[in-house]
Amino acid sequence: MEVVLEGLQQALWLILRRDPAVVEITLRTLQVSGTATLISLLLGVPLGTALALGRFPGRRLVVSLVNTGMGLPPVVVGLFVALMLWRSGPLGRLGLIYTPLAMVIAQAVIAAPIVAGVSLAAIQQLDPRLHLQLLGLGASRGQLVLVLWWEARRSLLAAAMAGFGGAISEVGASMMVGGNIVGQTRVLTTATVLETSKGNFDLAMALGLILLLLAYLVTLAMTWLQQSGRTG
Amino acid sequence: MRRSLACLLVLPVLLTACGSGTTPPASQSGEAKPSNPTILLATTTSTQDSGLLDLLVPDFEEKTGYTVKVIAVGTGAALAMGKRGDADVLLVHAPAAEMKLVESGDVVDRRRVMHNDFVLVGPAEDPAQVKGMTDAAAALKRIAQTQALFISRGDDSGTHKKEKALWQEAGVQPAGAWYQESGQGMGATLKIASEKGAYTLTDRGTYLHLRDKLDLVILVEGDDRLQNIYHVMVVNPQKHPGVNAEGAKAFADYLTDPETQKVIGEYGKDRFGQPLFFPDAGQE
Repeated sequence: MEVVLEGLQQALWLILRRDPAVVEITLRTLQVSGTATLISLLLGVPLGTALALGRFPGRRLVVSLVNTGMGLPPVVVGLFVALMLWRSGPLGRLGLIYTPLAMVIAQAVIAAPIVAGVSLAAIQQLDPRLHLQLLGLGASRGQLVLVLWWEARRSLLAAAMAGFGGAISEVGASMMVGGNIVGQTRVLTTATVLETSKGNFDLAMALGLILLLLAYLVTLAMTWLQQSGRTG
Repeated sequence: MRRSLACLLVLPVLLTACGSGTTPPASQSGEAKPSNPTILLATTTSTQDSGLLDLLVPDFEEKTGYTVKVIAVGTGAALAMGKRGDADVLLVHAPAAEMKLVESGDVVDRRRVMHNDFVLVGPAEDPAQVKGMTDAAAALKRIAQTQALFISRGDDSGTHKKEKALWQEAGVQPAGAWYQESGQGMGATLKIASEKGAYTLTDRGTYLHLRDKLDLVILVEGDDRLQNIYHVMVVNPQKHPGVNAEGAKAFADYLTDPETQKVIGEYGKDRFGQPLFFPDAGQE
């Protein structure tokens, strides 16, 4: 319990005096996980929508794969992405291993199925008569999708929050493909692991608390959007 | 609503753009910038956890204009990275395993940098009565005979390799409820041993670093077999094209430079009253 209190104290102190190292890794955490979430939305929302609206053979198989993907173990994703990006791997020439971009890729792979799965459920939950009515009114395919997204916007924001949560909280993949390099790929989760292994439990706790605060603030902003304009 | 939603989505991209200004420090004015300025160093967790690299790497970067990416993993993983050509330079502590890479031609230019030593630590009550023994293998044998709890790293690190070699010399195949593998780094393993009142083998540096947070004391030390020797080696560019051999050699030169060696020998004296590493470049 002592360590938690010391961690809380140290977290406040680090925030108040804007510790440069902590500010730097906090901003990087936000950049990496934010960009990964954005990519996962660009991939996941259309995929989820296509699966919700489309009728094609093997659809159930794809849906089951997406749903399984919502629980992808980050460490397995990390290993796979690392195998691809290592110099000896097929994409080694790109020189992406141990860069923030490698972490964005890994986190996007983790978050995309979560976004797709929640989007799929969100679109499917809409009243099917809306769909028919829109087509009856002569809406094009594109217009239909835009209206459906607008109608499902609160659930889609929930998808974004779930995706962001998956990205910012994972550590195994970030460690493997990022390498936890100081000044380059160190983020809040990997820094927490490092400080724990160094035995600096209070600092590790402080970093963990800052991570929680960051996740809370981002989710709060999205929740505010989600709940704004709510009627009744 | 639609506009604010768009703003929120764009935010991370903007941040990325804003943050991209944090490039590594440029080379010193006098030095010519190296043609390939990034070096990938695969090393053990002990060099990072002890804080030594935090001191040496920035100094090297400032002096030469290189940027070092430090990947701190177990020695086993670091050697594997060298064998695949996924690193440029290795700083590790498992001489027997290193020699295999030298023989297979995966690394060249292997040089001794420094040493410290391993110590056997355990609870002050010392249930197996090994305190003061000078034969590390005999001490392990006694721990096995009394079935006193022992925590092994179990991660193929340099420390784990040393531990396995000592068990072999003791003629013991460690197994059973008393022998547990943590599968984690030295710091975490020491913490587990401390919590469980168990014995473990550790490098002295990490132990000294964490001593205040542990209920563990040094019980066996001074056996020649407990020497922990660190070597630096360059991944062979002939065998692994793409390796930054020039940068790797510059880093190896830096570590074995008399000035750096002095810094290594001083490191930790102010905090622990004794150095964490003993420089010994040029010896074999």
